[in-house]
Amino acid sequence: MSLAHLQRLEAEAIHIFREVAATASKPVMLYSIGKDSSVLLHLARKAFFPAKLPFPLLHVDTTWKFREMIDFRDRTAKELELDLIVHINPDGVEQNIGPISHGSSFHTHMMKTVALRQALDKYGFDAAFGGARRDEEKSRAKERIFSFRNAQHSWDPKNQRPEMWKTYNTRVAPGESMRVFPLSNWTELDIWQYILKEEIPIVPLYFAATRPVIQRDGMLIMRDDERMPVADGEAVEERLVRFRTLGCYPLTGAIESDAATVPDIVREMLTARTSERQGRLIDKDEAGSMEKKKREGYF
Amino acid sequence: MNALAFAATSDALKEYLAEQEQKPLLRFITCGSVDDGKSTLIGRLLYDTKLIFDDQLEALERDSVRHGNAGDAIDFSLLLDGLEAEREQGITIDVAYRYFATSERRFIVADTPGHEEYTRNMATGASTADLAILLVDSRQGILQQTRRHAYIASLLGIRHIVLAVNKIDLVDYDETVFETIANDFRFFTLDFGFQTITPIPISARYGDNVTIASQNMPWYQGPSLLGHLETVPIADADLNRPFRLPVQLVIRPHLDFRGFAGQIAAGRVSVGDRIAVTKSGHTSTVRSIVTADGNLKSAVQGQAVTLVLDDEVDVSRGDLLAAAEDRPQLADQFMAHLVWFSSEPMMPGRSYVLRTEVDSVPATITALKYQVDINNFSHEASKSLHMNEIGVCNISTQSPIAFDSYKDNRTTGNFVLIDRFTNATVGAGMIDHPLRRATNIQWQALDINKEARAALKHQRPAVLWLTGYSGAGKSTIANTLEKLLHAQGKHTYVLDGDNVRHGLNRDLGFTAEDRVENIRRMAEVAKLMTQAGLIVIVSAISPFRSERLMARDLFEEGDFIEIFVDTPLSECTKRDPKGLYKKAMAGELQNFTGISSPYEEPENAEIHLRTVDHSPDELALRIAQYLAER
Repeated sequence: MSLAHLQRLEAEAIHIFREVAATASKPVMLYSIGKDSSVLLHLARKAFFPAKLPFPLLHVDTTWKFREMIDFRDRTAKELELDLIVHINPDGVEQNIGPISHGSSFHTHMMKTVALRQALDKYGFDAAFGGARRDEEKSRAKERIFSFRNAQHSWDPKNQRPEMWKTYNTRVAPGESMRVFPLSNWTELDIWQYILKEEIPIVPLYFAATRPVIQRDGMLIMRDDERMPVADGEAVEERLVRFRTLGCYPLTGAIESDAATVPDIVREMLTARTSERQGRLIDKDEAGSMEKKKREGYF
Repeated sequence: MNALAFAATSDALKEYLAEQEQKPLLRFITCGSVDDGKSTLIGRLLYDTKLIFDDQLEALERDSVRHGNAGDAIDFSLLLDGLEAEREQGITIDVAYRYFATSERRFIVADTPGHEEYTRNMATGASTADLAILLVDSRQGILQQTRRHAYIASLLGIRHIVLAVNKIDLVDYDETVFETIANDFRFFTLDFGFQTITPIPISARYGDNVTIASQNMPWYQGPSLLGHLETVPIADADLNRPFRLPVQLVIRPHLDFRGFAGQIAAGRVSVGDRIAVTKSGHTSTVRSIVTADGNLKSAVQGQAVTLVLDDEVDVSRGDLLAAAEDRPQLADQFMAHLVWFSSEPMMPGRSYVLRTEVDSVPATITALKYQVDINNFSHEASKSLHMNEIGVCNISTQSPIAFDSYKDNRTTGNFVLIDRFTNATVGAGMIDHPLRRATNIQWQALDINKEARAALKHQRPAVLWLTGYSGAGKSTIANTLEKLLHAQGKHTYVLDGDNVRHGLNRDLGFTAEDRVENIRRMAEVAKLMTQAGLIVIVSAISPFRSERLMARDLFEEGDFIEIFVDTPLSECTKRDPKGLYKKAMAGELQNFTGISSPYEEPENAEIHLRTVDHSPDELALRIAQYLAER
């Protein structure tokens, strides 16, 4: 007898959570509010049951997240009595940096990459969990579960530590840190099937609803607030859409879909012909852009 | 919100998902020499099974024009080679993991690099795989890397091999070429313990025999590669093996709950089972098996659980809970196969951190029994292992660890070695068996101890470890210091590096390996002397940080006092009291510290002596004061 597929993935993730809790001096869980974060949080709570989470959650807020994401975040933190840290890059706020005025690359660099580095340094975290999966992107497929970062938070893809069996080398010198990815071996479909099986709460933006969208650069962008200008020739339309991934709303493309429940989404996934990254503006900027961002300290 | 969101799961969907859940998983790797077509094969496999999304295919077509090596056609390797350096150089540097499923099975494939330089990444992929697809270029036949990868696969416990004889189109689909390569392979892997070896002639580029039978090779009657992967028998976890749970952490939310959390490495456990705590030898009974989804009556290999026991036994991270009637080994000396990853060679005698899945202890390689020659698999005597070399050695740990032999359990029989300064993973090991002498030599308890002996001498024992270049003034200071302490009525002894080499260490030279052993012996002798209650003054170049740390670890906190006799190299060469620098610079002396061998300065020495402008009397007095103030 062997474990069923999701059971196996769950046990692997729990093992990883426990390794970090037992060996890191100050771990933290990166919480981005998306479906992967929801699954990550659910698994973390299982790993330490009946004890509480032995680490805080950190949300790096770019100030351009969908409003529903922030509502969901605050509600979740309250209901589950989580220790939630929210960090916003103060320099970015002062300079009023945004994806529309400064472009997606610069915005992402300042409000996500730099902001994350600031937060990790500020609190001195030596291990940070992330919800990244290897099936998301080609350079992710190359990354270890325990991904070593130097004191500048940068990833050296050509010199990764060998990761044999599940015997992890968790040692870091002062100032250095680990990014740890318990969902490395999950696929997008696994995530949805697990959400279905475990009835994990997720942000309603994943479900189809009529929403105000603008067609721009071949993508459907939801106008979540007044900060997004409507250019000449553009029109805000009400369309039945949902999101496959969530990020900063001006950078996240919606898909036309009528999948209004988790089973609907699973059905839709089973016949999907495009990857979830398709809906992300920031990854298309240039080939190898994810790797470049990761070397700079992005998750 | 969510009650509604989860409703309306149709029976058909439920049934479909349940079926998908139960599909068996096969983890495999592709390996073999550079340019044998590993990444191309996986790309082709994913493409032919329609597992590439439309937007990924578009990106692949764009990339093929820019970086591709397949002319106008799609270069499938670009699907896998996700790092910039890989696309630029057209090689695979690190493992890529891909996930796919067919109607029969789920697959996790690790595409591993072919370059010898990146062997560690190949080993990373192989450590968790059940099957290896070993690619061979039809035009090249078996290469050194083919042998190395076959050997590593066997060493790491992979039992199924597909020998993919690739680029068969380039030898006109010639059956003799295929048969010759298959026979060569079978011959040299006779002793490798593979359960199945399945040679398949393929063309990864054109898809022959990848997912469907090729029309170009009517002489080949066997399965396509995918057909084989879908049907090769993979052993289910044997739940009759003895129960093992490596303890990751103790969960203690409040005073009434103390649970031992870990992922079951073998067998099964049920409430009421008698289990043993390996390190203490105590036994207890399983009271409950706790998970967030409720308590279980029993649990099996692979499950992550938390066990609560009936008794207040002492268990902490690093221990192994096991079936009481069939316990693991507990030893501080054992024999193991070792694969070396680091460009810094493995040194017998040097102290490393040994990490099992849950335990972490300082360890040294006490003997390198032999090195394996990858060309003919013969055993060769060797003093150290260099990067990508494989050897068999005896290992000694500072305290006993719990383990099984690797052939019995891949989880509880493995370890990695970590450099104590850089924290790099420098090697990986597979334990063969404990050494008899570990279990048969026990500590003889003595009634008169170190404290008793020291009390009689009215002193606190210590070792004063003087390190520095040859000619720095260590011996002079040691001599002055001993006279000073002697006059104060202290019982002392000077262990001088040069003097020890006339007797105890006369068999050692000045290679890095011998220097490590030299220091190990001096440290052990110094330890015996402090046990005898003496204040020991060691005067030795001791150029490597690792060995000074190893020496420090032998002593109780505060008993080891590292003294950096800091004389600039220029000053030492000028003084040159024994004329050795002159000889070294003339090339007459090999491995001379400072000239042809490195000196690693202490970072946290207890005492730092700058000899320029200070007399030996002055410096000896400083050490004596440090001792007095302790």
